[in-house]
Amino acid sequence: MLRNPTRRTFVKGFAAGSALAGLGLWRLPAFAAGAPLGNELSGRDFELFIGQTPVNITGKPRTALTINNSLPGPVLRWREGDTVTLRVRNRLAEPTSLHWHGIILPANMDGVPGLSFAGIEPGGDYLYRFTLEQNGTYWYHSHSGLQEQAGVYGAIVIEPKTPEPHRYQRDYVLLLSDWSDQSPEALMATLKKQSDAFNYHKRTVGDFIDDVAEQGWSKTLAERKTWAEMRMSPTDLADISAATYTYLLNGQPPDGNFTCLFQPGETVRLRLINGSAMSYFDFRIPGLKLTVIAADGQPVQPVSVDELRIAVAETYDVLVHTGDLPAYTLYAQSMDRTGFARGTLARSAGLSAPVPAPDPRPILTMADMGHGGMDAMGGMDHSQMGGMDHSQMAGMEGMDHSAMTGMQTHPASETGNPLVDMQTMSPRPNLADPGIGLRNNGRRVLTYADLRSTFADPDGREPSREIELHLTGHMERFAWSFNGIKFSDAQPLRLTYGERLRITLVNDTMMAHPIHLHGLWSDLEDEQGRFLVRKHTVDIPPGSRRSYRVSADALGRWAYHCHLLYHMEMGMFREVRVDE
Amino acid sequence: MNEVFNRPLLGSLALLALLASEEARAQAMDHGAMGHGSMNPSGMDHSAMGHGQVMDHSAMGHGPATQAPRIPLRPITEADRQAAFPPLPGHQVHDRQVNWAVIVEQLEYQNFEDTSVLNWNANAWIGGDIDRLWLRTEGEREEGITHKAELQALWGHAISPWWELVGGVRQDFKPASGQAWAAFGIQGTPLYGLELEATAYVGERQQTALRLESSYAILLTNRWILEPSLEANFFGRNDASRDQGSGLADSEIGLRLRYEITRGFAPYLGVSFNRSYGNAAEQLRDDDGDIGQTRLVAGVRLRF
Repeated sequence: MLRNPTRRTFVKGFAAGSALAGLGLWRLPAFAAGAPLGNELSGRDFELFIGQTPVNITGKPRTALTINNSLPGPVLRWREGDTVTLRVRNRLAEPTSLHWHGIILPANMDGVPGLSFAGIEPGGDYLYRFTLEQNGTYWYHSHSGLQEQAGVYGAIVIEPKTPEPHRYQRDYVLLLSDWSDQSPEALMATLKKQSDAFNYHKRTVGDFIDDVAEQGWSKTLAERKTWAEMRMSPTDLADISAATYTYLLNGQPPDGNFTCLFQPGETVRLRLINGSAMSYFDFRIPGLKLTVIAADGQPVQPVSVDELRIAVAETYDVLVHTGDLPAYTLYAQSMDRTGFARGTLARSAGLSAPVPAPDPRPILTMADMGHGGMDAMGGMDHSQMGGMDHSQMAGMEGMDHSAMTGMQTHPASETGNPLVDMQTMSPRPNLADPGIGLRNNGRRVLTYADLRSTFADPDGREPSREIELHLTGHMERFAWSFNGIKFSDAQPLRLTYGERLRITLVNDTMMAHPIHLHGLWSDLEDEQGRFLVRKHTVDIPPGSRRSYRVSADALGRWAYHCHLLYHMEMGMFREVRVDE
Repeated sequence: MNEVFNRPLLGSLALLALLASEEARAQAMDHGAMGHGSMNPSGMDHSAMGHGQVMDHSAMGHGPATQAPRIPLRPITEADRQAAFPPLPGHQVHDRQVNWAVIVEQLEYQNFEDTSVLNWNANAWIGGDIDRLWLRTEGEREEGITHKAELQALWGHAISPWWELVGGVRQDFKPASGQAWAAFGIQGTPLYGLELEATAYVGERQQTALRLESSYAILLTNRWILEPSLEANFFGRNDASRDQGSGLADSEIGLRLRYEITRGFAPYLGVSFNRSYGNAAEQLRDDDGDIGQTRLVAGVRLRF
């Protein structure tokens, strides 16, 4: 039964964790993915194959699609400056591919079928070969159909040519992902038939009564009326929840208790990667501070936090200075609070620490969607809507909105478009906003405003033009697009080799979208348009408008898309073409 | 005569027009609620808003802008060009795939007056995001005899995020020897959780009809769902052979409480108040039938 997935996972986690502590890796898929640094390949030349592997994640036997029979695939450990070759063989009955997420490389090595290469046919292979001009934590995954959801993903660690200014004794990859016993095709079909099928936390009559008791009839009715007229549910935080997902840490469910070891007083480097198809995670280690030293593989000025939200496809490197306790819980709750991935940082195998319950489930507000701060909402008292504390956004107080005040305009292609169900009114960068469900939780939460690359803007030029793109969609029909135009109906975005431009993304939906540009860096700007941090995937929460700079320094046809797998597949995708 | 008989038809057309204007109003209101109504978009000077234009940051004290990138661009070789543009057809995603769904809203036994009937009401669609083929069927069987059965095949075209125009055919198999109709109408979501269908029909013998169907999902919990529903049928003129009178002929007001074991399988219990009006009611009275019936229902809602 799916009645209370959170509790089920929680209980199961403890039962299995304690019963199986001494038995080792009984539950693991094919390879000992849970063994720290166990399933790792390093060097310059790699042989990989994509095939099918029987797995048992939830107690039911299933078949995963895997890299080298491993879920996740092996950690690939490379060295900056090396030229690596990877022969990837396809043992599936369908075409496949591997994309090296965040790696700067020639277009024909990028691994997107139809743009970079023809894909890898069943029984065939492809030889990837490229020189590594960067270091840090990245990941790789299939870019064919829905294979990523079925297990075709793994971590990449590139050792730097020159030592980093950090001292640590241990180095672990923590790859978060989401697994379903249902096939990805079934999940996609369900979303098209009934887009809210996985949401078991909609507001009920009981919630209505509670709200009336708390806020009175008029406020409650006004708020319900607003949502009813939008035809949306404020509980829509994730399209797919733990109703079908089991959240994995390095391939292990919560009860698998992936464990990495430390000695007291050691500093541990954790390389967090969100390899999920659809799930944002909020990661913390109760009792320890996280010192963030890199974002999306690129070094940032160290910042100490208690918790961080990792959007799909992002990576963060953190240092933790361990204390005297025998064990600490590695805790990653899903953004919709329906479940969590969990592991343990322990002095010895078999130890565990208390596992927190998920935080209270947040409710979206009009302010979250950029409809706040305007008087136009008439009758709504935003101060009563909870969930949004503007004081958290104090970083924005000083900014000059004069260039942006007034209404957000929208592309003509959104007007009268049946597949655009919402438009934001007054979006803001919201860079200092921890995000829904993380505001005022008593913990210091990382925000984009905390991220500062350790280097100056690597290009140095001001953008010579700006492209504004709107993230659009229709929740109920589960159709997604840029500017209301789906990928199949859209022309490529054309860039000229050598140009520097600004891309501004405006979120016209009620969901967060992690937007990934292949082949070129996304240099996120602060509210004043100054270079902040270099990323490969930029999270655009609802109600936000964020800008980044792009140097068109790589010829080719590049994929540009929302990294929520089913949003991408439903059309939130563009080809970016860099020509001479 | 004509005037009298046409009144329901006129009424139904007026209703459709009302719905259409309601939709227009809803759209206008959406934007109004978002503060768009207060401005005239066409009259806005976007350039003054700094959205589309390039801002001169160098004047903002961010440091001088350089003309060339700090890291010089690599000169492009012929090999680079070949690596960048292999001859390829482009990437494929699933945004044009054909999707479908089958929703059996009602598949139930109705118990009343010492008898029971099997009642069904189902919808299905297949197509893309804008254009879909809709199939609707409903009917009733009593003691192995089908009293009422119909199938509609409608082309649906989304005209706004929440409304779809539909047009097509309806074939009645029962009552009597059946009847074919042309059908057109509108369906959509006036408010979250509220579904509405309004369909007008023109029969092969110049009979006209209008059907309204609506339902609203009330979440007692996320699995216990109470659903009031309404169906009303209007006819343009008498058709004695089918016990149809002009005007409002019959209505069904239902209240069903279902438990969603899964999203696709939900048994329910409920009650349906069925009532006949006008000529149909008179006909029933003549036959010693009840013009109003309270039926207890038990069934299952399915979604494939």
